[in-house]
Amino acid sequence: MTEALFPPPKKNPQKRSIKPTRPPEVRSRASLGLTAAAAEGRFALQQCTHCSAWQYPPRDACVNCLSTDLEWNEIAAEGTLIAETTVQTSPRLYYRERMPWRMGTVQLDAGPVILAHLHEDVAEKSRVRMIARLDRAGQGVLVAMPVEDTPLMEDASLMRELTADPKHRRILITDARASNAPAIAKSLFDAGAATVFAGEAEAWRPYPARSELENLGVDIMPLDVTDTLSVQTLAGEIGGKTDILVNNAQFVRPGGAMSRNDTGFARDEIEVNYLGMMRLAQAFGPAMNSRTSDGINSAAAWVNILYVGALANTAGFGAFAASQAAAYSLSQCLRAEFRDSGLRVMNLFTGPTEDDWFQLLPPPKVLPQAIARELVKGLQAGLEDVWCGDIAKDVRERFRRDPKVLERELTFGSEGP
Amino acid sequence: MALPASYEGVVLAAPFSTTYQRYSIDTAHFWIAKALKGSLDAAGIRKDELDGFSVSSFTLFPDTAVGLTQHLGLSPAWLDHIPMGGASAGVAVRRAARAVQAGDANIIACVAGDTNHIDSFRQLLSSFSRFAMDASYPYGYGGPNANFALLTDRYMTEYGAIREDFGKICVSQRDNALKNPNAVMKKPLTLDQYLNARPIADPIALFDCVMPCAGSECFFVMREEEAERRGIPYARLSAAIERHNAHREDPIQLRGGWTVDIERLWEMARCSPQDIDVLQTYDDYPVIVMMQFEDLGFCEKGTAPEFVRNHDLTITGDFPHNTSGGQLSAGQAGAAGGFIGLVEALRQVTGQAGGTQVKAARKALVSGFGMINYDRGLCSSAVILESGVQA
Repeated sequence: MTEALFPPPKKNPQKRSIKPTRPPEVRSRASLGLTAAAAEGRFALQQCTHCSAWQYPPRDACVNCLSTDLEWNEIAAEGTLIAETTVQTSPRLYYRERMPWRMGTVQLDAGPVILAHLHEDVAEKSRVRMIARLDRAGQGVLVAMPVEDTPLMEDASLMRELTADPKHRRILITDARASNAPAIAKSLFDAGAATVFAGEAEAWRPYPARSELENLGVDIMPLDVTDTLSVQTLAGEIGGKTDILVNNAQFVRPGGAMSRNDTGFARDEIEVNYLGMMRLAQAFGPAMNSRTSDGINSAAAWVNILYVGALANTAGFGAFAASQAAAYSLSQCLRAEFRDSGLRVMNLFTGPTEDDWFQLLPPPKVLPQAIARELVKGLQAGLEDVWCGDIAKDVRERFRRDPKVLERELTFGSEGP
Repeated sequence: MALPASYEGVVLAAPFSTTYQRYSIDTAHFWIAKALKGSLDAAGIRKDELDGFSVSSFTLFPDTAVGLTQHLGLSPAWLDHIPMGGASAGVAVRRAARAVQAGDANIIACVAGDTNHIDSFRQLLSSFSRFAMDASYPYGYGGPNANFALLTDRYMTEYGAIREDFGKICVSQRDNALKNPNAVMKKPLTLDQYLNARPIADPIALFDCVMPCAGSECFFVMREEEAERRGIPYARLSAAIERHNAHREDPIQLRGGWTVDIERLWEMARCSPQDIDVLQTYDDYPVIVMMQFEDLGFCEKGTAPEFVRNHDLTITGDFPHNTSGGQLSAGQAGAAGGFIGLVEALRQVTGQAGGTQVKAARKALVSGFGMINYDRGLCSSAVILESGVQA
């Protein structure tokens, strides 16, 4: 059984930090379908649309009927571990530094045979349940887990490699004033976070949630994401011990281009939502990049909370959605820039949230507690994309089906004469 | 299925092996040239008399057999490049034999060789196959060690093999290698040393694994009259089979493609396992040796562990096996690992094996196995040779 993970001792400042190494990243294009599913925590394999045969490893043509129409579908995850090995030596540095490494052959009940990582609580030649996760190279990998959950299974070193679990980690929430800040802080503490920092702009302005944060034990620090010096100052102070950064700073106002009279709000939206993320990345990113192999409390994830209008413009909040599209695009750029270190960028997309600026939109609206819950679950599963609430999930489905149709649906005019 | 046309009139001659080296600063081209020259000199054949050329190599990049013709100044009318690793010799023989029979070529040189630089093995792994890249290396990057560890684990569970059984194969081959001056391994190996060796990928330990090295192997294929005319020793080709991606419904590999074709092999050679004087199996790991004992018909499926316990596998034993030490003790010189058994068998039945010679060896079976594409070896081959004219 997995042994409990204890908080690490204070870091020895004289010791060289271990530089990040990674498992192999190169894959065939077909194989990236596994990664795309794992990014959302789904276990999917290719299936032939003609003869329904499952395929593994990923192919370009059906092994059974040679059809080239293969689609990624979720498949029953149960199987049997029929052989295993503990690899003791590898020419690949990443694995060499993490030996011994347990892997095995799993025959799925549905047919395919999979070479997989083995969770340490999986018994020899036993029944297993497969999950898909992203590895430190950001590629989808398959993991055989015990059929029934075991205590502390998330503490296994394999799971720490494949996830960004908040347990024992130090986390910065960038906007203490946001209505979701207390809920997020509470969920992180509940998940075992060692420290939660929250950034506070314009400290002289009172806000009701401050005492709530203080009562939770949050360290409130000065931070204004529109002020480069402020961001750099805080990074100088805590950048070397920020393991997860949750960027919840968001400026939102209703309106599009012509329904506003000037570019004032648009400028604020870009300052906070887009340039704010960039300032944070420039100040915190390099230190986080260098600390992804730093033991139990290594740097693990960068989280953005984004409005789902980032995918396709929602005209009533059109200018805001444009800033979210910019932020989303920048998050993809961050993924590329964090790739070499293995730091995960997780985007949590929400529909309209339950707060003042979305007052006139009909329900459903996303509650702060829902954001907090999905955010922690996403980190615990090491996801890249989290769709929080029914509207976000709905837009994702429509976007996946046909982005042009979604655009047309979101840009209807009013009923004319 | 009807038997294929006989290989009557086709012979193999001029076996040559270079001395293997653990690491080499030279190239595959260098090693291939060395073996080719060795065979030419042994047979007294001039380079210009070759009109067929077959190459197996992993480290020739960016060249292929084509580039080698210009590099080595050859002008063949028949050219082949065989990328089938451990099964290459059998495949090369089948193709060359038919070309010679049909008159497309008169004398074909079949050569395999690779170099081994300090980082060659890691680099070879990283570009070995798409399925390995997608679905096996990301899981611990154990390479073939991990793949064979899985097969060994299952084989042990299924058939009750124990490490001592695998150890006996390795220790016997080391005994044989000590009589082969070309082998990389020069020191005796005891069963205790085998059992207590450093673990590599459980249940596989150090002496279950081949030592990657540099080296090359060569032999010629020609018509019997040609060999007679030139007065060089030769062996007749009695039968040969190959098979790729057999038994794809098996969840894990406990048998190879030989089982599909084995009856044709024996029928074509008009003999049975009892008639074989010396056996050369593909031995990158001992578990695959056991599978070959079974799949080639020397014992029933699942009884190889017992077979090993009951036989002496050394040169002077009742079941001479991998007489040059095989890859486990002579070394695995890349694609030449697919040739080591055939070239040694050819030496054996032509009476040219020197220190490793098995007394009165007239019939030899050589089997090949290659290419772990994802979870199993895909290529299998087997060849039966019979003494023609001895040295």
